[in-house]
Amino acid sequence: MMTVLAAEAGSGTARNLTIVLFLAFVAVTLGITIWASRQTKTATDFYAGGRSFSGFQNGMAIGGDYMSAASFLGIAGIIALYGYDGFLYSIGFLVAWLVALLLVAELLRNSGRYTMADVLAFRMRQRPVRTAAAVSTITVSIFYLLAQMVGAGALVALLLGIKPGTTFLGMDAATAKVATIILVGALMIIYVTVGGMKGTTYVQIVKAFLLMAGALLMTLLVLAKYKFNLSSLLGDAAAASGKGAAFLEPGLRYGREVAGDPTQTFYNKMDLLSLGIALVLGTAGLPHILIRFYTVPTAKAARKSVLWAIGIIGTFYLLTLALGFGAAALVGSEAITAQDKAGNTAAPQLAEALGMDFFGGNLGAATLLAIIAAVAFATILAVVAGLTLASSSSLAHDFYANVIKRGQASERREVAVARISALIIGAVSIALSIYAQNLNVAFLVALAFAVAASGNLPAILYSLFWKRFNTSGAVWAIYGGLLSAVVLVFFSPVVSGSATAMFPNHDWQWFPLSNPGIISIPFGFLCGWIGTVISKEHDEEKYAELEVRALTGAGAH
Amino acid sequence: MSTDTPPSAPAESAAERYLAVQRSDEFAGLRRALRGFVFPMTVAFFLWYALYVILSAYARDFMGTKLFGSNINVALVFGLLQFVSTFLIAWLYSRYADRRLDPIADRIRAEMGEVRHDDGARG
Repeated sequence: MMTVLAAEAGSGTARNLTIVLFLAFVAVTLGITIWASRQTKTATDFYAGGRSFSGFQNGMAIGGDYMSAASFLGIAGIIALYGYDGFLYSIGFLVAWLVALLLVAELLRNSGRYTMADVLAFRMRQRPVRTAAAVSTITVSIFYLLAQMVGAGALVALLLGIKPGTTFLGMDAATAKVATIILVGALMIIYVTVGGMKGTTYVQIVKAFLLMAGALLMTLLVLAKYKFNLSSLLGDAAAASGKGAAFLEPGLRYGREVAGDPTQTFYNKMDLLSLGIALVLGTAGLPHILIRFYTVPTAKAARKSVLWAIGIIGTFYLLTLALGFGAAALVGSEAITAQDKAGNTAAPQLAEALGMDFFGGNLGAATLLAIIAAVAFATILAVVAGLTLASSSSLAHDFYANVIKRGQASERREVAVARISALIIGAVSIALSIYAQNLNVAFLVALAFAVAASGNLPAILYSLFWKRFNTSGAVWAIYGGLLSAVVLVFFSPVVSGSATAMFPNHDWQWFPLSNPGIISIPFGFLCGWIGTVISKEHDEEKYAELEVRALTGAGAH
Repeated sequence: MSTDTPPSAPAESAAERYLAVQRSDEFAGLRRALRGFVFPMTVAFFLWYALYVILSAYARDFMGTKLFGSNINVALVFGLLQFVSTFLIAWLYSRYADRRLDPIADRIRAEMGEVRHDDGARG
C-alpha cells in the first residue's frame, strides 16, 4: 500500500528525474560515440574497435551486451512473482559462459576476423556458408532486438507513470510506447553508424558499470533491511507471496504438476528441460556476443575478457536473487501484478519502496525509482546497439563483401555498406517492434537463445573441432537447426491454441512445448553430421591452416 | 621441427607450412593438452548442470528439504553451487591455459616466424 501511495505522490518528481537522468546518459554516450567516430578509420576500427580493448574492458562490455532488460527486469520479476523458478534462468545464463570460455572464445578470436561466418566459412565454399550464416545471424539478432524494443515500449508507460486516461507531453500511453520505440531505435542507429564497434563498446562499458552499481545499491539496501540475514528475507518473501515454502522451491512456474493430467505434467517437465538446454547452449551461438571476441588483440585477452565477464555476470545474477525476493517481500505480488502482469516492473517498484524507507519518504522514493528506471533504459539501449552492430556487420562483411562482391569489395565501400545496413536493420526492427507490441518479451528472448543454440552452435563446434566437416555439413547444420527451431515455435502453444498465445483466437498448435530446444538443438547437430557425410568435399590443407591458426594464434588478425 | 626460422621467406608455400606444423609432434601435444582439458570439463559441467535441472523437474521433495533449520533449502544451495562450480572451472581453465597451453602455442608461433599481430591479407 505504501508504495502505491508513494507512486501517486512522487510520480511527477520521479518522472522528471528519470527523464533528466536518461538524457544525461544519452548525452554522455553520444559524446563518447562522436569521439569514437574520430578514431574510426579502417574496417577493423568499425567492426572490431581496432582490436584495441583490454580483457577487462571487453569483459565489462560483454557484461553490458549480455545483461539485457530480460535479465534485469525479467528475472527479478519472475523471482518476485514465482519465487525460485526465476533463479533457473540466472543459472542457465551463467553456466552457458563455460561453453564460450572452454570451446569457442579463443579459437574464434584466433581464426576469425569480423563476424561469426569468418570461422564457419574458413575452409568451406564462401558463398553458401556465408549466406546461411548471415541469414541465421540476422534472424537471431532480430528476435532479440524485438524483445528488447518491445520491452522498452512496454516499460516506458509504467516507468514514466503514464496511466490509462492520463497523458505525457500530450501523448497517451499507446502513443508514448510507439514514441519510445522510435527514440530507442533512432539512438541505436546513431551509436552504431557513427561510433561503430568502438563507440558501441564504450556505451556497453558505461551501461555495465551503471547496472552493476544500481543492482548492488539495491541489494545492499534489501539485505540491510533484513540485517544481512538471508533466511529471514526468504521467510518474509515466502510469507508475503501467500504460497509458503513452495515459493522457495522449483515448480511454481516451470515443470508444473497438473493433478489428474499426466500427459500435461510430462510436457511441462519436458518444457523445463528444454528451456534449461536452450539457455546453457544458446550463449555461445549469439552473434553479438561472438563478435565481441574480435575487439581484443589476442586469444589470451579474449580468455581474460570471458573470465571478467563470468565474474561480472555471475555477481549480477546473484544480485537478482536479492532483488527478486526483496521485491516479493517488500513490494508484494499484488502490487507488482497491479502494475504489470508479467512482473517486469518489480525491480523499479522495489527501488521505490527502498527509497521510501531509507532516504526519507516520497522524495527518496522518487529519486531511487528514477535512478533505476534510467538504468533500465540504458540497459535496453546498449543491448540493442550491440545487436544492430552484429547484424549489420554480417550483412556487410558476409553478404555484401563476400557473397555479392566475392571478396572484391574495397574496405571503404564495405564499411559504408555496414553503416547503411545498420540504418536498414534499425528501421526494420522499429517497424516490427511497433507491430509486435503485443508479443511476449520472454518468449522472444527464449526463442533467440533456442535459435542460436540450434542454428549456430553445432556449425561452430563442428567447424572448430571436426576435421571431416565441410560446406554441405555447415549449410545443413545452420538451416536445419534454424528452421526446426522456428517451425516448432510456430506450431507451439506460445503462438496459437492457448489463452496466453500470440494469436489466442486461432489454433494450429500441435507441438506441445513452448521451447523447442530439446528437439531442435540435437536436430541441428544431426543435420550437420548428415550434411557432412553425404558430401565428399574435404579440404585438408585449409583445415590444417584453420587448426594451427585457431590453436596457436599464428596469422591472427 | 627446426627451432629457428631463417629471416628470408621460406621456400615452402603457406599451405605446406601449416600442414607441416599440424603434423608435428609439438602441435599434436598442444591439441592433446587442449582437448584433454576442455572436453572432459565440458562433459562434467554439462552433466552437473543437467543433474540440477532434472532434479528441479523431478525431485521436488528433495529440492525442498530445508537446511540448517532456516528457510534455506537444498534447491537454493544446489543453485548457488552451480555458481561456485562455474567460477571454479573458469579459474582452473585459466590457470591451466596460462601454464600448459600458452607456452606451447607461443613456441610454435615463434618457430613459424610469427611476431606481429596486424591486419594482413584476408583470412
